[in-house]
Amino acid sequence: MSQHRLIPKNASRWLVWGLYAAALLVSPLVFTSSLSLTMLSQIGIGIIACLAFNMLLGQGGMLSFGHAVYSGLGSFFAIHALNWVSSGKLMLPVSLVPLVGGLFGLLFAVLLGYVTTKKAGTPFAMITLGVGELVAAMALMFPGFFGGEGGISGNRVAGRALLGISFGPQVQLCYLIAVYCFVCTALMFAFTRTPLGRMLNAVRDNPERVEFIGYSTQHVRYLAFMASGLFMGIAGGLSALNFEIVTAEVVGAARSGAYLLFTFLGGALFFFGPIIGAVLMVLALVLLSELTQAWLLYLGLVFLFMVMYAPGGISSLIMMNLRLAAFGKLRQLWTSYLALAGLAGVMLVGAGAMIEMVYHLQLNQALGPQMRFMGATLNAKGFDSWFGAAFVLFTGAAMFELTRREFVRQWGRVQGEIEQTIKQREAAA
Amino acid sequence: MDASYFLISLLNGLSVGLLLFMLASGLTLIFSMMGVLNFAHASFYMLGAYVAYTITQLLGFWWGLLLAPPIVGLAGAAFERFALRRVHKFGHVPELLITFGLSYILLEVVQLVWGRQALNFLPPESLRGPLFTIVELPSPGGLSLAFGEPPPACQAVAGASCTQFPSFRAFGMGMAVLMLVSVWLLFTRTRIGLVIQAALTHPEAAEALGHNVPRVFMMVFGGGTALAGLAGVIGGALRVTEPSMALAVGAVVFAVIVIGGMGSLAGAFVASVLLGVLDSFAVGSDRSLADLFGALNLAVTPATFGYAVWSVKISQVAAILPYLLLVLILIFRPKGLFGTREG
Repeated sequence: MSQHRLIPKNASRWLVWGLYAAALLVSPLVFTSSLSLTMLSQIGIGIIACLAFNMLLGQGGMLSFGHAVYSGLGSFFAIHALNWVSSGKLMLPVSLVPLVGGLFGLLFAVLLGYVTTKKAGTPFAMITLGVGELVAAMALMFPGFFGGEGGISGNRVAGRALLGISFGPQVQLCYLIAVYCFVCTALMFAFTRTPLGRMLNAVRDNPERVEFIGYSTQHVRYLAFMASGLFMGIAGGLSALNFEIVTAEVVGAARSGAYLLFTFLGGALFFFGPIIGAVLMVLALVLLSELTQAWLLYLGLVFLFMVMYAPGGISSLIMMNLRLAAFGKLRQLWTSYLALAGLAGVMLVGAGAMIEMVYHLQLNQALGPQMRFMGATLNAKGFDSWFGAAFVLFTGAAMFELTRREFVRQWGRVQGEIEQTIKQREAAA
Repeated sequence: MDASYFLISLLNGLSVGLLLFMLASGLTLIFSMMGVLNFAHASFYMLGAYVAYTITQLLGFWWGLLLAPPIVGLAGAAFERFALRRVHKFGHVPELLITFGLSYILLEVVQLVWGRQALNFLPPESLRGPLFTIVELPSPGGLSLAFGEPPPACQAVAGASCTQFPSFRAFGMGMAVLMLVSVWLLFTRTRIGLVIQAALTHPEAAEALGHNVPRVFMMVFGGGTALAGLAGVIGGALRVTEPSMALAVGAVVFAVIVIGGMGSLAGAFVASVLLGVLDSFAVGSDRSLADLFGALNLAVTPATFGYAVWSVKISQVAAILPYLLLVLILIFRPKGLFGTREG
């Protein structure tokens, strides 16, 4: 490695964090419509939640199927705190209400985490599922606290406005979320650098050895679980402020599943992966679900292929290509990328047309067999529509497979070259 | 509590427990042999019910019972061959994740093909009536059992209480026991069972002797999902065939195998029967903690602190009993009832 750096070692890190802060600061100014402001708020909340989830999944190797419990319970306590502020029973600025959520997220992580973290690996996953079901069922059992089917609603314009900030307009809340998002991201990144964060990685990679060194893996898991619960609770508190209503579904299995799915899609291996995941989560939940009724099917398929072919998620794909770029090899591959993307697009159009036609037949029968798909009119009961879609799908798939094989060869060759370069550099150093 | 109610609750609990065990056994087999927790196991159960429904419409129930499990098993084997096998090298978490993704896909596919409403999937004509009726006559009549349709005494005698036990429930229990015995025989008494056991404990040695270990894994996964499919045929006809049936039973089955001890078939059996019986008695009881305090001469009124907790009826708690038991087991016996390993 070169010892004569002209730029300080941390320059790139300062640059990345600066860009992150700038993105949080500028995006509410660029996207000003009320839909995009709500989406930005949700993205900010999602980033905190997915990063907190990834403290377990990525850094601790713990797969939780019931993590919405901590954000959800945080939401409920935060909305009750907000209502207390409104009625004057509690003196607390509204901007600190999410911390109440965080406190209770932490509290429940202390309580339930003690049981959950007794195990690791697969049993851990099943226990989180059980605890999640337990809390979800209890939420419907105590309507006094959880509000039953209708949920608990509140009003975030409460108490005295500080410096003219009442959090009435969405943009003010959006900035509050941005501040929380930045601080929480920084804290969670700092956590990965603490001895505890490092031990957590060790527990993930080689628990036996950690035990031999003299640490209790259970204890490390428990501490990490509490930290994760705290941040989940803060995310929950923010979402209580954002929606001003909390229903029992925030502790449900569907929400937990969404955290898991999108954290994985974003990539659990890198710290920034869940941020991508959170953006995708809000885009999918808000936009994709409007666009097509089959979105859960698409989501499941994308997830399946991601686990099979890119288990590191999108962030690992980005990092692989950054590595290629660093060695100046990206130029050799970009034509293949273009071909792969184009053919994948063709394949998706064919598959999408067929899936949408089946959905149309199943759900919108009253509207007749005619339907619109990407600007074309298809007859869901006509032979030619089906034949056309199948033809497009199979042509696309066949050509994609051929291109993919060629690409795999190319990829292997380029990786070999890079490794050779690294060896040469090491030999020279 | 009268005796006939007690008996019928016990029988109902047993039948629910045996149905749970049909699911839990497939899950345990796959887990203890391949180390894979099949998150989509309950989805295969649902698929079994739907496939059997379609075959029943075309050919009749018995064909459905015969054909649906192998079809579901083939689907499971195909999934193992083309998806699960690829991620095997990445470790257990991706294996769990891919089955998690599959549960999403199966749910959507089922809704796509069969719609979102509950289907009218009924047991066959010959099994719809009651198998027997428990007749409890006011004293000095006592308790008696009558096979077939309820005896005339039920209408004739005032104060007689008659409880029927449906034939199909009994049939389901019989199927579960039959399945248990045949799986046990297959594993311990046949050559195939020996090869499977060898492939699981010593894969390299079995491979060196010329056995195709990946194919054995595929067969085990297919077999496990076929058992789930069989449970689906029974469960679908016994309860409701609807898209939420997988979610309703899935989490309970996971609780069962943790309570019983991961990978222990005997533990899974005891835990499923225990949960089934517990559930069936809890559903029928409207007592609450407040009643218990009342019996101890401690007055609990709506003004008492935590009245919402004390006044919850046991029947309301029935749905969460499996998970409460799960938490208790984890605190006091972390390896499960019959488990052998911690961790």
